[in-house]
Amino acid sequence: MPQYIARRLLFAIPVLFGILVVTFMLARLIPGDPCKSILGEKATAAACEAFAENKGLNDPIPVQLGIYIRDVAGGDFGDSIRFSRPVSQILVERIPLTIELSLTALVLALLIGVPLGIISAMRHNSAADVGTMMFANIGVSMPVFWLGLMLIYVFAAQLGWLPPSGRLTAGVVSIPFYEAWGWTVQPDTFQFRVVEFISNHYLLNSVITGEWEVFRDGVKHLILPAVALSTIPMAIIARMTRSSLLDVLGRDYVRTARAKGARERRVVAKHALRNALLPVVTIVGLQMGALLSGAVLTETVFGLAGMGTMLFEAITARDFPIIQGFTVIVAAAYVVINLIVDVSYAYLDPRIRLE
Amino acid sequence: MSTSPVSPLEQQTEDALREQQHEQTHDRPIGLWRGAWRRLLRRKTGVVGLVIVGVLIIVAAFAPLIAPHDPTQDFLSEEGSTRRDPPCVHVFGCDPEKPQHILGLDGNGRDLFSRVVYGTRVSLSIGFITVTLAFVIGSALGAIAGFWGGLPDNSIMRVMDVILGFPALLLAIAIVAALGPGLRNTMLAIAVVSIPAYARVMRASVLSIKELEYVAASRALGAGRLRILWSRVVPNALTPLVVIGTLGIATAILDAAAFGFLGLGAQEPTAEWGSMLARERNQLFSAPHLVFFPGIAIMITVLGFNLLGDGLRDALDPSLAD
Repeated sequence: MPQYIARRLLFAIPVLFGILVVTFMLARLIPGDPCKSILGEKATAAACEAFAENKGLNDPIPVQLGIYIRDVAGGDFGDSIRFSRPVSQILVERIPLTIELSLTALVLALLIGVPLGIISAMRHNSAADVGTMMFANIGVSMPVFWLGLMLIYVFAAQLGWLPPSGRLTAGVVSIPFYEAWGWTVQPDTFQFRVVEFISNHYLLNSVITGEWEVFRDGVKHLILPAVALSTIPMAIIARMTRSSLLDVLGRDYVRTARAKGARERRVVAKHALRNALLPVVTIVGLQMGALLSGAVLTETVFGLAGMGTMLFEAITARDFPIIQGFTVIVAAAYVVINLIVDVSYAYLDPRIRLE
Repeated sequence: MSTSPVSPLEQQTEDALREQQHEQTHDRPIGLWRGAWRRLLRRKTGVVGLVIVGVLIIVAAFAPLIAPHDPTQDFLSEEGSTRRDPPCVHVFGCDPEKPQHILGLDGNGRDLFSRVVYGTRVSLSIGFITVTLAFVIGSALGAIAGFWGGLPDNSIMRVMDVILGFPALLLAIAIVAALGPGLRNTMLAIAVVSIPAYARVMRASVLSIKELEYVAASRALGAGRLRILWSRVVPNALTPLVVIGTLGIATAILDAAAFGFLGLGAQEPTAEWGSMLARERNQLFSAPHLVFFPGIAIMITVLGFNLLGDGLRDALDPSLAD
């Protein structure tokens, strides 16, 4: 198994390289002059010339690409055009929120979607089944941004149970664990980025440092966006679990298990479910792209400064370095997620051998 | 439920028997589409979807008759009307002195109900236009790739893989960012990112159909390649595409609404549901009706096409039904 994982990660390098080249080219294809967009429309020709020389934009495209790849390999994604700050620093600030948000949404979707699917399949055509399928149909048809706004209206404005937006209540500060432990980390180093990345997962950080006040506040702020983001995957997972389990329940080995006198619960839990979950795992892997797209809308609605809103702003402002940096990170995440999906296949179905 | 308990299996067998009898009593066998239509009408989801979509098409077609006002008319000068007035229906006890606006007024004093009604036109056109575009281009590319194989196949499908490699909504945002915001560019962007789905399915169908005997028979009779592709292969490969197309309308409407919400899609004063909702989202606490109703309209429309698509899938390919 470790050998398999190592080989898969090795094979991912050419794929990531290809994506790097494609994004680099795409970014150059987007119309618009970077000089004008940074220095302003009135920039003189001389100023633009100096700017292009300074940023290496006068080099031939292949040379620019070579320099870019060398820098990325060293962990340097360049500086944001709009903010004049290192892209890697922006990534470290923005990604953790989106990870927390989409992981919570995914866990919610699985925790509710899978049992709903199982119940519907076990009680096929019952009221519970019809109800679940109705929920699933409505769930995939609902605009995420509208659901988010409605949740805010009901649970924040009317009931006042949960905060309407933001990540933490004003005044509540998450102290990075390395500061709490008295570590001194040199800013703008690789080490710094790593500890920053970890501590910017506020929930994780507050667990490490034991600040339960911050943890509770963070969870409160996360509930509504996570619920909004989880609805579509939840509906899809429930439908998939149901149809896959229905299919498996009709197989011969399930009949054999029943004929042996096994109880229905045991038949489902021991014999059917494991096989029925294979397509569900595939779907979960495929949902990652949808989660990221959904994060753009959810973060906009809930005023969260995550990766989704950042990417949206970067695309509309043509901030190439940020777009490139995010694309590479997302592509790398895809590779890792696909690997996890394949490894869990082998775990769920011993007939599948990874080699 | 009905008085005599009938298991789904028996029901299916019964259906099959009835169809068989029908085929025996009539000289002409039931065609694929006629059979599919009958099966569609037998499924609850399909019928509900069909009804919703039918009603929406009627609303869109007769919008000027259904909407009480022009969608851009300003009512602020009207006596008793104020900005963002809540819904007022006289039958439900609204003060008869106040002018009746059944879904209230928006931030510009326009009648929300009329705007929602006219929005049906916008959203349905978005759905039909983008899907037609993606359907035609995608299935043409897929048919070429599947029928000719080799270099055309490889080059077309690799491009499709690249498009599929990006999260769809984000790639569409990038395209709109490059072309500039607006309804037309939004439709173009959504069409582009949905082309690969049609291309892939078309290619797969063509690959399996071109090996069938009737295609070989056609070739033996001396039919040209284009003729075989156009009149023997493509018509038989369309079935799964119809299902994807119907579900694609739902996705296109949802995505276009998201674009409207992000401010990239339809621009003022077009009555598009997503942008209507986005304009008033900061007034959510004081005027929730302005966010609620456009969202409900989006949801019902998307639900209708989703249900119809599911129904069509079951009807066209009984082996997929659960």
